Amino acid sequence: MMLEARDLVLERRLAHASLSLRPGEITAICGPNGAGKSSLLEALAGLLEVESGTIRLGDKELASCQPRERAQAIGYLPQEHTVSWDVPVRRLVELGRMPHGDRRRELVDAALKALDVEHLADRRAQSLSGGETARVLLARVLAGEPQWILADEPLAALDLGHQLALLKHLRRAADSGIGVVLVLHDLAHAMNHADRVIVLDQGALAADDAPQRALSAEVVERVWHTRVEWMERGGRMALLPL
Amino acid sequence: MNRAALVMAALLAIALPLSLLAGRVWIDPATTPNAALILGELRLPRAVLALVVGAGLGSAGAAMQGYLRNPLADPGLFGIAPGAALGAVTALFFGFTASAWLLPLFALVGAGGAMALLALIAGRTGGVALFTLAGLMVASLAGALTALAISMAPNAFAMSEIVLWLNGALTDRSWREVWLAAPMVLLGMVLLIRAGSGLDALTLGEPVARSLGVDTNRLLSLLILGIGLTVGAGVAVAGIIGFVGLIVPHLVRPLTDRRPSQLIVPSALAGALLVLVADSIVRILPLVTELRLGIALSLLGAPFFLWLLLRMRKGLA
Repeated sequence: MMLEARDLVLERRLAHASLSLRPGEITAICGPNGAGKSSLLEALAGLLEVESGTIRLGDKELASCQPRERAQAIGYLPQEHTVSWDVPVRRLVELGRMPHGDRRRELVDAALKALDVEHLADRRAQSLSGGETARVLLARVLAGEPQWILADEPLAALDLGHQLALLKHLRRAADSGIGVVLVLHDLAHAMNHADRVIVLDQGALAADDAPQRALSAEVVERVWHTRVEWMERGGRMALLPL
Repeated sequence: MNRAALVMAALLAIALPLSLLAGRVWIDPATTPNAALILGELRLPRAVLALVVGAGLGSAGAAMQGYLRNPLADPGLFGIAPGAALGAVTALFFGFTASAWLLPLFALVGAGGAMALLALIAGRTGGVALFTLAGLMVASLAGALTALAISMAPNAFAMSEIVLWLNGALTDRSWREVWLAAPMVLLGMVLLIRAGSGLDALTLGEPVARSLGVDTNRLLSLLILGIGLTVGAGVAVAGIIGFVGLIVPHLVRPLTDRRPSQLIVPSALAGALLVLVADSIVRILPLVTELRLGIALSLLGAPFFLWLLLRMRKGLA
């Protein structure tokens, strides 16, 4: 099922953006601070009122979907790792089943296992480290078996090892047919791990292409006002500011 | 039913009969003359009213803390209790006490007015910050008008009536107050219980709750109605009884898995227990005039609150 935006306008944040996202891919949304990345992601998740334009999920308009129907299809992970009460990890992950109105144990267990956090199931959420919390919260999204995972800077506040581990989990989700959309600040991660990159600049689409083209040195200089060079080693790209 | 609810229900089952026997005069059902009359017409309605009022305040406190995601939230913050108090004070001010129904009805109108104001200001956007501010404003407006009524009271008698009433009590209540408050408190509790799953989702923040399909506007309406009914009805029949809504969820939370939905029923039971026990103690105390329940609970509540703050500070350090 495709997730498409047509002529999307968000007041003061996004102007006439059209894009269509494919399941089974990791799409990275990049851009300087204030470019409208998070707003675009929230709009795609159906959490923002759009000023004009439409967002379609498959053949349905997102705005006309029931909240529950939308919630079953789209899992959303915000940047803030808010966990207000010290509930057991299993209860947190079970929240992912809420749109389905059940707490199916095998799915919750599978989600915990997929993120390598089964051993934390009985721990209290507020006793976890940042990396553990990030994985548990992603497990919460997976437990809902969404067709789309929309995550806002899921790698922020994680160390390099945890960043790569989380990217591996997201890749596994994409390989299983889930559409993964990530707001990413780290251009090298976007270059190396995304199938496709959307670059936003001051609320407008500056590029929408394969990573090598969307994040070429020219685009980076034009959008981020920084001169860079990409270096390749062993199939991996590194970003070098000049 | 979870463990916390079972514990509280068991404690209630012990406390209720004891409370019926306790008082300035201890009753022995076998020997005390007119024991059935005293129990049926005086002590039982008072005990049931304590249960009703306490259950309302306890469940409202649990729901409030869940919604604001803040363990220091109290139902009084929403301005519903001060609104109800203002209604009652208005009745006392103008001397509308000819019928025993008038004062509680005025209080309910006050609570309804506060609820309507809240819904009007914050209901459309459903934002927590705006809602809290709106609640505080409604509370301080109602508080100021109440103070105005006291300062402009037509005579000393009315003034002392108002001040006394503001410090809630269950003295001289009858089945009439029970029939007035119980249905509303029960209905309010049902609404709060229904809000439970939405409150659980809010644990992960408002955007996630919405992404999980929670209609946050509907959740807020449920809470305003639920808290309005439970707290409004409580204030209407018993006056202002503070701190129950604040303390009770804290006492109960360690017995639960800390999900807000799991806290509402046990907090209702614990609130009922706390008010029942406090009212029994107030009756037993060998004072010339009975200590007002509202004062007694504040005397208990304030030190508890301080202890809580100290413990939290230690936890943060």
